[in-house]
Amino acid sequence: MNAPGDEKVKIRLATTSLAGCFGCHMSFLDIDERIFELAEIAELDRSPLTDIKHFGPCDIALVEGGVCNAENVHVARELRASAKILVAVGACAINGGLPALRNRLDIDTILTRVYRDPITDQPCVPNSRELPLPLDKVYPLNEIVRVDYSLPGCPPSGDAIWKFLTDLILGRMPRLDHSLMRYD
Amino acid sequence: MDNEFTIDEQPVPFVPGQTILEAAKAAGYYIPHLCFQPDFKRHGGCKLCTVLVNGRTQTACTHKAAVGQEVDVNTPELNAMRRSLVQMLFIEGNHFCPACEKSGACQLQALGYEYEMMSPHFVELYPHREVDATHPDVMIDFNRCILCELCVRASRDVDHKEIFAVAGRGLDAKLIINSPTGKLGDSAFAVADRAAQVCPVGAIVIKRVGFATAIGDRPYDREPISAEAESCELPEVR
Repeated sequence: MNAPGDEKVKIRLATTSLAGCFGCHMSFLDIDERIFELAEIAELDRSPLTDIKHFGPCDIALVEGGVCNAENVHVARELRASAKILVAVGACAINGGLPALRNRLDIDTILTRVYRDPITDQPCVPNSRELPLPLDKVYPLNEIVRVDYSLPGCPPSGDAIWKFLTDLILGRMPRLDHSLMRYD
Repeated sequence: MDNEFTIDEQPVPFVPGQTILEAAKAAGYYIPHLCFQPDFKRHGGCKLCTVLVNGRTQTACTHKAAVGQEVDVNTPELNAMRRSLVQMLFIEGNHFCPACEKSGACQLQALGYEYEMMSPHFVELYPHREVDATHPDVMIDFNRCILCELCVRASRDVDHKEIFAVAGRGLDAKLIINSPTGKLGDSAFAVADRAAQVCPVGAIVIKRVGFATAIGDRPYDREPISAEAESCELPEVR
């Protein structure tokens, strides 16, 4: 039996997807059976995998996706305030990624061209209070909150995520060799 | 004394007239570069090949090798500077690798891998640039142009057509096309031109051959750019 205080304190790990496609989360699951190893040493905080609604104090946060609307800003700030180490994961979190291709267009023009009444052909942009307001541009995560590390890839492979995460947990500088380093 | 200088304290032979980059290539020593290709006039624009020659910074593609020079190439400071240069090139254009046909064969991307660029670091400029798809066989995506001027030199010196030029200065510098409308489709450009083959990034893209080699099987997917089989014929003495 373990003496009191003998239990290993588990690392708290949060993950979230902002303006992303969940591809990075799918890739996270590509660590396959290593997730059992991870579960031995880490516990999930708020994450699409837990359904916890708000971030608690956590050690490492993995953020997928850029920042495209007011809700993304809110989530990013809450997570930054809760996490010791915040990692921008994937192309979208790092440079806006494919959603940022809209940055050359005016947001009002996009909305009024996309949302039109099929009968009157007049703009009918959804305006429910429940909808987060879109930002003028899609921003990389590091232009909204301070980012400690970036893990490139679209998505980074399961192996790359594993290497990065284990480096972080073991207190090493996370590094990817050529076979794991991809921007696409 | 033999024609020899040192790179990172290793002796490297050279032929008089050779630049440091040419001599290094011939000796199988990698010095990074973007705007240099052996067939074209030296440009010294990208600064990736910056080395220390007897303690002073020089571009290895333009600086002649000389007896007894002590050249530093692979130092933490120089490599950090190279990474910053690549990062600045990334934020200055719109470089979205996942959507680019050149991914895996792109030298800018490969240099990002080489110097462990985990993010572009600087604030993205997201410039507003156009795509010119007016030519039947070749497309130009100005979003990805890094102004290396390889197409300018190839078109002027090899194809003798002078299709391309760089206009403007600083952040306003841009590639322009020599045709009545400024469009590639109205120029004398042809897919067989050398200028169509030299783009180190995904700016000049030949149509209807995209993805012939799958992403993942491309040169820099397989090997780092520094492992490229370096070959360089000895140039005539100038």
